[in-house]
Amino acid sequence: MKRSNLTRKDLAKTINEDLGLSQRSAGELVDAVFSCLRQTLLKEESIKLVQFGTFTVRKKSSRVGRNPRTGETMEISKRSMVTFKASKGLRDQINE
Amino acid sequence: MNKSELIEAVAHEMNMTPREASDVVSTILDSMSETLVEGDTIEIRGFGSFVIKKYDSYLGRNPKTGEKIKVPPKRLPFFKVGKELRERVNAKSN
Repeated sequence: MKRSNLTRKDLAKTINEDLGLSQRSAGELVDAVFSCLRQTLLKEESIKLVQFGTFTVRKKSSRVGRNPRTGETMEISKRSMVTFKASKGLRDQINE
Repeated sequence: MNKSELIEAVAHEMNMTPREASDVVSTILDSMSETLVEGDTIEIRGFGSFVIKKYDSYLGRNPKTGEKIKVPPKRLPFFKVGKELRERVNAKSN
């Protein structure tokens, strides 16, 4: 079954159609929104968007891991990752 | 950061009123939610992608009482941060 994939272009098109803004400024607006989100995550600040979900930057400490192919042990350095948890409302809608 | 702070930041960056920025942010989030509800994927270059993962029903346990319970099948959205953003977030922490 073919699934469609929503991209920046689709979001710009929706803004253009629903809000009557030009294609070009709609594209710039989509970029501005994701750029604000990105900058916030780079400050290691979490983002809580009601009715959508929460993005959190989680710090993981270093640990000893294994290369599953060679069995060799190695240290996995400490790192940060971005996690997302959908809001309860969105999770419920997805499962309806 | 919450939604109104995001709206303020977008309004400031794009020289628009908070009202206009609010329409833009809401349109984007609604569109993304609808996409996930349909079971479709989202892919935003430089940010990340969202996919719906399907979980089959399984026999779980209530960790407090040890009681066996059947966990119903479910679908959960999963976010994968884009490579560039992941590397930059990582570089910040080291």
